[in-house]
Amino acid sequence: MLELIVISTLNGVLFGMLLFLLSSGLTVIFSMMGVLNFAHASFYMLGAFFGFQLTKWIGFWPALVLAPLLVGAIGMAVERYGLRNTHKHGHVAELLLTFGLAFVIEEIVSMIWGKSPLDYRVPALLDFPAFTIFSTNYPAYKLFMLAVSITIFVALLVVLKRTRVGLIVQAALTHPHMVGHLGHNVGRVFMAVFGVGCALAGLAGVIAGPALVTQSDMAASLGPILFVVIVFGGLGSLPGAFIASLVIGLVQTFAVALDGSLASAFGPLDPSAGPSVLTDIWNVTIAQVAPIVPYMLLVLVLIVRPMGLMGTRES
Amino acid sequence: MTTAATSTPKMKAAAGGHVRFYGIWLIGIAALLVLPMIFSSGGSLTSFSLIGIAIIFALSYNILLGQTGLLSFGHAVHYGLGGFAACHMMNAVVSHGWPIPLPFIPLFGGLGGLVFAIIIGWVMTKRAGTVFAMISLGIGELVASSSLILRSVFGGEAGITTDRTALPKMLGWSFGPQIQVYYLIAFWLVLSAIAMYALTRTPLGRICNAVRDNPERVQFIGYDPHVVRYLAFCFAGFFAGIAGGLAAINFEIANSAYLGAIQSGLVLFSSFIGGVAYFFGPILGAILVTYLQLGLTNVTGVWQLYFGIIFIGIVMFAPGGIAGLLMMHRPLVRAGTLWTVIPSYLVAIVPTVALACGVILTIETVARYSSGDPINLFGIAFNPTSPVTWIAAAVLVVGGSFVARLTWRRIAEAWDRAATVARDRGYLA
Amino acid sequence: MSEAVIGTSEAAIGNGAAGPDKRAAIEVRAVEKRFGNVGIIRDLNLSVAQGERHAIIGPNGAGKSTTFNLISGHIKPTSGEVRLNGDLISGLQPFEINRRGLSRSFQVTNVFARMSVWENVRCAVLWATGHRYAFWKNVDSLPEVRERTAQILDDIHLTHRRDVPAGLLTYAEQRELEIGITIASGATVVMLDEPTAGMSNAETERAVALIRRLTEGKTLVIVEHDMSVVFGLADRISVLVYGHIIASGTPQEIRRDPKVKEAYLGEEAH
Repeated sequence: MLELIVISTLNGVLFGMLLFLLSSGLTVIFSMMGVLNFAHASFYMLGAFFGFQLTKWIGFWPALVLAPLLVGAIGMAVERYGLRNTHKHGHVAELLLTFGLAFVIEEIVSMIWGKSPLDYRVPALLDFPAFTIFSTNYPAYKLFMLAVSITIFVALLVVLKRTRVGLIVQAALTHPHMVGHLGHNVGRVFMAVFGVGCALAGLAGVIAGPALVTQSDMAASLGPILFVVIVFGGLGSLPGAFIASLVIGLVQTFAVALDGSLASAFGPLDPSAGPSVLTDIWNVTIAQVAPIVPYMLLVLVLIVRPMGLMGTRES
Repeated sequence: MTTAATSTPKMKAAAGGHVRFYGIWLIGIAALLVLPMIFSSGGSLTSFSLIGIAIIFALSYNILLGQTGLLSFGHAVHYGLGGFAACHMMNAVVSHGWPIPLPFIPLFGGLGGLVFAIIIGWVMTKRAGTVFAMISLGIGELVASSSLILRSVFGGEAGITTDRTALPKMLGWSFGPQIQVYYLIAFWLVLSAIAMYALTRTPLGRICNAVRDNPERVQFIGYDPHVVRYLAFCFAGFFAGIAGGLAAINFEIANSAYLGAIQSGLVLFSSFIGGVAYFFGPILGAILVTYLQLGLTNVTGVWQLYFGIIFIGIVMFAPGGIAGLLMMHRPLVRAGTLWTVIPSYLVAIVPTVALACGVILTIETVARYSSGDPINLFGIAFNPTSPVTWIAAAVLVVGGSFVARLTWRRIAEAWDRAATVARDRGYLA
Repeated sequence: MSEAVIGTSEAAIGNGAAGPDKRAAIEVRAVEKRFGNVGIIRDLNLSVAQGERHAIIGPNGAGKSTTFNLISGHIKPTSGEVRLNGDLISGLQPFEINRRGLSRSFQVTNVFARMSVWENVRCAVLWATGHRYAFWKNVDSLPEVRERTAQILDDIHLTHRRDVPAGLLTYAEQRELEIGITIASGATVVMLDEPTAGMSNAETERAVALIRRLTEGKTLVIVEHDMSVVFGLADRISVLVYGHIIASGTPQEIRRDPKVKEAYLGEEAH
């Protein structure tokens, strides 16, 4: 039991940091540009697929650097030629553009690489157990993932709080119009921010690909969870996104690991009750419910505290 | 000056408008009645049935998007719940022997969609805009996932099946043959369309538009935007449920696919491509999207990619949709300057089609590279692995886009001239 | 208390007055508004009598629009209270306040851009004529709605533009439509936020005549920068500086007030 808790906590924190890599980019893009990038999880997926392909051609470590840059470049192009033109039609049009983009990216990916999971392997250098907890070997690669996530997190913090660029971004988070009035080339700032946000998502994809499944439906399964994270944490709040990522990461991981159900705890219902909603709920395992938990959290948040944990911006 | 005087030209214009308005509706109804007599094959009847269902669904979606400004990514939930409600009701009618014939069943589908909208709608419509869109996505996923868990209600992976011929007959019809199902769908289509149109002419309908345009201002004319959005949400859920009920009748099954994200995405595509600013927009969009869906699936494996590209194209270059594009010409038609623009349209057709062919060749080459299936375009079979195809695609794309852009510029110039003349004659505001 | 209240008009004070006629139309008492640590409005006290035409003037950034927002319910006061005809309205939603008879216009034109001029005014009329959220009536067949809408369009001289989408009107026409929407609901207390902003002299004269005619018998609170409008229209004037009313009285009293002169150095050049 203790083993389960420790392993699940490690995995949960890992998943949470991964979610934060994604949601931080999404939050900054939303706060600055008012655009909710529906295709953000798609850039994550592109990162994984580019990482896979580049690893085959030039090896994992060069791919680790090159793939996020490629994804970032695509992101900048999307902003420059897509979003900027749709901006005048309003936020709904921008959202629909990113929605269409997500759709198209998924189709292109499955067209090129197929719909089955890819054999994206952990690089040989990291393919060993880091340590053994109780009876389970904890892979070194996962520690590597954790290390990368934490490094990026710290780097983000430093850039935002200590550099001039970070100051501009912080200002634009709450007062995007003022930033333009202060003489900064808002177009270039937006393009850069969008590019960096997408590059972060791509990086998350490159490192998550070997550990999680690399498949053309990655974006569709992760996308909604990402939205839950930023609504839960509060739109426009980076600390909120951080807390929400960790919470949801841990909750998801524990829910999948635990395999109880009301039936296993309290014994089966009287069989004469017959099939009904009650028997369904009684017999469902926590693991089966796990995918739904984020959405239940979403509904709960919207009822109890619509601005999320630390929300500052009214949308 | 709106005096009480009945000046004859004004009355004639008003009467003319009425004749035109009712005329369009009558033509539509007549077309629905006559269509199966012209195209009577089984495949056509099935297509018409599916298109009819899609139209009701898309119209219900536009109550949210086009009329109240609510972008929903989870509208299929009401559609699906309507389908399940209809299936359960049909099975109950048969097992309990109730005297309810099939034509009444879509009403229960509507109730299924309506009840869920009533329960969840108040909380969902607290916020509008992007937040509402995300909530709708979450709720959609929640219900779709729950449907696999609550097997007793949703039948798990297999869904719930039913037999539409087992209900009491009405007018001697058992609704086994597809043509009878088609007329049932057409009946409900006319009823729903009239109801939804009438809704836009009520005080609630007008205020929905106001909420869409300026929710802040609406408060200062005495309305609570939350209540308005909630009511619109309930109506949209009701009519989506009717569409779902008809689908359940048509396929004699309801499963979790009815509720899923793909279904929600498709109705969004249909409405938006058709044009959300006009009542008839979603009708056009539903016809086009359903027709393409049925037609393209046989021709290419990546038809969804084409959908996405068309959608992005519409969002970026014609956010008013097909209806918007058509209505844009109305002032030109009235001013009589449309004919000046037509030649530039004709000239633009060839390079634009060439460009499209180049894009199609490129996509299909990538898609069929591994399988090697030939691409049939205009009767020529292109081999995806041959460099000839690649060169042809490149030439068409590069050359086509270059020439096409020149012709598009000419269209824009011709349009400018025609619009200026129209404005001078007083036909543009 | 720093408000000078007694003027030549029927200035009734809200507290302890007898009978509904004597209650102030609007009473703002000790209202404060803070955004985070920044105090935008400090100890605001204002009293507007029934049927009075009251102008609020002040330098840019003094908080005039914020004051409007506080009274009309767009934002809630951090402390203090606002009363409408004696009833407490601070803390209510804007639509609740509107239904009690207070209506306002906006500094930045806030019409329903995609709907026609006719439809704009008609929407404003619907609640007041009791039709609320009705989804069973055809709005084209409601005679009182049609007549009232036509009357208002006639009053604001926009009948000839009734089918034009509001977003396509000229700026002055939009401002007039804005005023039309504001009075369409039949509110007894009308608040206009810089209604003549950006207008030429001729347009301003027309607008002022319109306002004077349409607010006959109603209470009017108006924020303005154009001093000719203010001194020509107002029964009483309040001067708002840094979120606080420094003077309140008749136009002559305000002209002579040294505090006002100090705050408005060079204002006389207008």
